[in-house]
Amino acid sequence: MNPTDTSDPNYFHRVVDCQWACPAHTNVPEYIRLIAQGRYTDAYMSNRESNVFPGILGRTCDRPCEPACRRTRIDGSPVAICRLKRVASDLRGDLTDRLPVIPTTKSGRRVVCIGAGPASLTVANDLMPLGYEVVILEQLDKAGGLMRTNIPAFRLPAETLDEEIATIVDMGVDLRLNTPVSSLRSLLAQDFDAVFIGTGAPRGKDLDIPGRHESDRIHIGIDWLGSVAFGHTDKIGERVLIIGVGNTAMDCCRSSLRLGGTAIKVMARRPRSFFKASSWELEDAEEEGVEIIVNHAPTRFVLEDGQLVGMEFQRLEWDEQARHSTVIDTVVIPCDDVILAIGQENAFPWIERDLGLEVGEWDMPVVDPVTFQSSLPGVFFGGDSAMGPKNIIWAVEHGHQAAISIHNHCEGTAVSSRPPQGVNLVSQKMGLTEWSYHNDYNPSTRQRMQHVELTRRFQSIGTEVEVGFSAEQTAREVQRCLNCDIQTVFAAPLCIECDACIDICPVQCLTITENGDEADLRTRLSAPAKNLDQALYVSAVLPHTGRVMVKDEDLCVHCGLCAERCPTAAWDMQKFELLIPLAVSTPVPVAT
Amino acid sequence: MPSIVKPLVTHPGLERNALGLTIRDYEGGMSTLCAGCGHDSVTAAITHALWESDTPPHMIAKLSGIGCSAKTAAYFARGAHGFNGCHGRMPPIATGASAANRDLLCIGISGDGDSLSIGLGHLAHLVRRNVRMVYVIENNGVYGLTKGQFSASADVGSTTKRGEANHLQPIDPMFLGLSVGATFLARGFSGDKRQLVPIFRAAMAHRGLAIIDVISPCVTFNDHEGSTKSYLFTRQHDVQMTVTDFVPPAEEITGIIPDQGVVSIPMHDGATLRFRSVPDGYDPTDRLAVIEHLMSAKGRGEIVTGLLYVDEQSSDLHELGNTTDKPLTQVPYEKLCPGSAALAGVGFR
Ligand SMILES: Cc1cc2nc3c(=O)[nH]c(=O)nc-3n(C[C@H](O)[C@H](O)[C@H](O)COP(=O)(O)OP(=O)(O)OC[C@H]3O[C@@H](n4cnc5c(N)ncnc54)[C@H](O)[C@@H]3O)c2cc1C
Ligand SMILES: Cc1ncc(C[n+]2csc(CCOP(=O)(O)OP(=O)(O)O)c2C)c(N)n1
Ligand code: SF4
Ligand code: SF4
Ligand code: SF4
Ligand SMILES: [Mg+2]
Repeated sequence: MNPTDTSDPNYFHRVVDCQWACPAHTNVPEYIRLIAQGRYTDAYMSNRESNVFPGILGRTCDRPCEPACRRTRIDGSPVAICRLKRVASDLRGDLTDRLPVIPTTKSGRRVVCIGAGPASLTVANDLMPLGYEVVILEQLDKAGGLMRTNIPAFRLPAETLDEEIATIVDMGVDLRLNTPVSSLRSLLAQDFDAVFIGTGAPRGKDLDIPGRHESDRIHIGIDWLGSVAFGHTDKIGERVLIIGVGNTAMDCCRSSLRLGGTAIKVMARRPRSFFKASSWELEDAEEEGVEIIVNHAPTRFVLEDGQLVGMEFQRLEWDEQARHSTVIDTVVIPCDDVILAIGQENAFPWIERDLGLEVGEWDMPVVDPVTFQSSLPGVFFGGDSAMGPKNIIWAVEHGHQAAISIHNHCEGTAVSSRPPQGVNLVSQKMGLTEWSYHNDYNPSTRQRMQHVELTRRFQSIGTEVEVGFSAEQTAREVQRCLNCDIQTVFAAPLCIECDACIDICPVQCLTITENGDEADLRTRLSAPAKNLDQALYVSAVLPHTGRVMVKDEDLCVHCGLCAERCPTAAWDMQKFELLIPLAVSTPVPVAT
Repeated sequence: MPSIVKPLVTHPGLERNALGLTIRDYEGGMSTLCAGCGHDSVTAAITHALWESDTPPHMIAKLSGIGCSAKTAAYFARGAHGFNGCHGRMPPIATGASAANRDLLCIGISGDGDSLSIGLGHLAHLVRRNVRMVYVIENNGVYGLTKGQFSASADVGSTTKRGEANHLQPIDPMFLGLSVGATFLARGFSGDKRQLVPIFRAAMAHRGLAIIDVISPCVTFNDHEGSTKSYLFTRQHDVQMTVTDFVPPAEEITGIIPDQGVVSIPMHDGATLRFRSVPDGYDPTDRLAVIEHLMSAKGRGEIVTGLLYVDEQSSDLHELGNTTDKPLTQVPYEKLCPGSAALAGVGFR
């Protein structure tokens, strides 16, 4: 193999598995260390820079970082990255002095965002410090988008939502509630330099089978959750069937339990290993007594005297990949209400189709995946409206990228010109055998989130279920993080091939051997490198024997012992900091 | 001191040997030697050989005297027995341990100072008795622990860090062994485990005393230009005289065996030593031929490594003494010590 090019920002970034997996590239190990030091406000601000809503996300994030976390490969469960984020948010102090300064003299640029969900709010957050005037038009009487209307209060308290939205709106955003946009044409006619469309994927999928339109006890999941959130719906029948088994279904079943439901069944077509819901959402629902029934395909609603009394299902048997099924028989399951939670779709009835803005299949706008610009220059999309339903952290990342594009657009720079990522690498050596970080491996197991007891939970839909980590739990959980950003950095010319680093490494990461191609090298290491998702580091040629140093990044616990036992400091532990470009950091071209 | 002890976290795919143990189970305490010390690599090679040979840790006795090298007995096989004796006095203690329990695998760890200066006399007699044990000399050419004075293995002309040259003739443990009847002599280099691990495994299987002289650079006092025991000098002058495979009893000898110069030596426990590559006319069982080869290599300034001499025929301490097959530790006390009445009948007539 060729020597690894560690000057490529992606090389060390990939080693920080959580940060690499996070759509917004949150610097997880850094904020976890700050929490460990009791610097909660710093930890919060470090989060806020990339993910904007640490309090909200610390409770609700889809957490793509956790399945990626290195700790899973070491002891089977990831660091509770998400719940530690909540700790930073719960314990943080006043932010006033730390938020960006908003220029009082405006630049004269005006941007309008449609919808007050996380995508639009991020655009405002990124552009306000640059002197923009940002107008947000929202059809409802509250901001927050689906975070407000669909994520139930028992998972996300209104105060947290209010607080983090206010942080942005208080920058001077012109938030206009109760202002639905019914025509893009008329908006384009107004005096805005750019339009950002963050209207989400607002339409819940329907299930057109016999009986669908003959009862008012059949609800569309996201609409029903919205009506619960706004207090229009405050009760439901005792026996409720939820159709679908994604995250929306989980919120519907758990909300039903709080509105009078006692026998709640979630009906799934396919076997459990094919569910869309996150494992932790399923666990939480089952803990509350929700029954999950697999291999049932709905065929019709059963009505008697115009009253919904049940629903008919085919019982299915699936092949191994759950691609083909055979029907075993048909059953009717009695119920009082049915909630359909089978997906969301985009819909843009208010976008005229003759504006030059291309809308493709399934009402999806044609959007550049890097710049988020539509086919109409100056009109940008982000969040669920751009790529279909995803989650909050993706909406935030889209918002960041769109803000860069909008800024380019307004400055007359090509939107495709993207500011590069930067990297800082700083040695963490404090003494001969002393590091700036806690380098020992801590064998603690993942801390379990404590929940409010069941009886109290159902009394009010606003009672937050998760109580947050105790101080002791936090102290243990932070030490589980392996500091993956403290990188092992190698200088081949210094190595005398004494083997000390190889002998001391607790997880057999290192090998000095003759070079070869990757497939061959992977079999010839101190331990075979079987995880192909993880890189091999290959050094330049070593001076004494012409062999190379190879490191399998897969299981390194960043203990620093290789660097400590190296007599020549050929290994060093250096903190990697990814400098993530945002609109604020975009260099403005000098006008000539 | 290192900031932390080596964490107990292990590679999840770690292999297990026939006893169900991983290599980490054969480790010991955290080394407090200088970073990069050759001795630590020797420790790692011993650890590896013990694991590969499925040695039950409780059947190992680790013995040592004084020196940085002697300290390393604490850094492997934490489940083993151990005795850290006085400077140069490990051989008599090892002789006692082996005499009392012939089933133990005795591993002696010594240094060039410990073995070739203060302990030279004891070593020679250990060789004569052919005590069944692995005797490792971690040879760095200096007294490491007392800050780098020349030892008796320092070559003429080799200099200290400050530039003074040594004028005294070195003692080469291989020649010493050949002259007093050693039955297993090998030399290795701490920086080459590929060679060292099979040699250790063969030594553990040997019937009698196995001396392994390991060039083990002292990074702090003897790794400079002018040293003949540095990493670089050793690499530049290392000539592998023999390449040996250790083939355990149950395994078949496979691979292409070249016709010329190959010797396969059966060991007493059914294992085989296969010399894959030896120079023309080299017979590792012919004491005289080995002396000649080593002499001429020395004249050429080579550091000869490999398993150099082996004699599986000679009797060990227990055979020479015609002792019982049962370890003395398992013989009932009444039998071991028949009492003064019985003794009166034997001696002092
Ligand atoms: C039940 C449910 C639970 C979820 N749980 C989670 C979770 O736990 N974690 C997670 O990360 N994600 C979750 N999601 C997904 C997440 O909420 C969305 O991906 C995210 O909110 C999308 O953000 P957005 O800014 O693109 O749009 P949205 O949040 O959908 O906001 C769009 C806003 O635009 C407004 N709007 C729409 N059209 C117009 C118009 N014409 N004029 C004016 N205003 C308009 C809407 O009223 C809305 O306020 C969940 C989704 C659902 C349905
Ligand atoms: C009886 C006695 N004399 C002298 C010493 C001082 N002393 C301690 S270690 C040592 C030499 C060790 O050299 P070596 O065996 O080569 O071990 P190294 O430290 O080089 O590994 C000496 C002379 C002592 N401990 N005891
Ligand atoms: S161990 Fe820490 S730094 Fe490493 S992936 Fe997990 S959370 Fe991130
Ligand atoms: S930091 Fe070094 S010694 Fe520690 S696990 Fe990683 S490679 Fe091994
Ligand atoms: S410890 Fe340092 S000098 Fe020794 S092999 Fe490792 S990198 Fe090279
Ligand atoms: Mg010495």
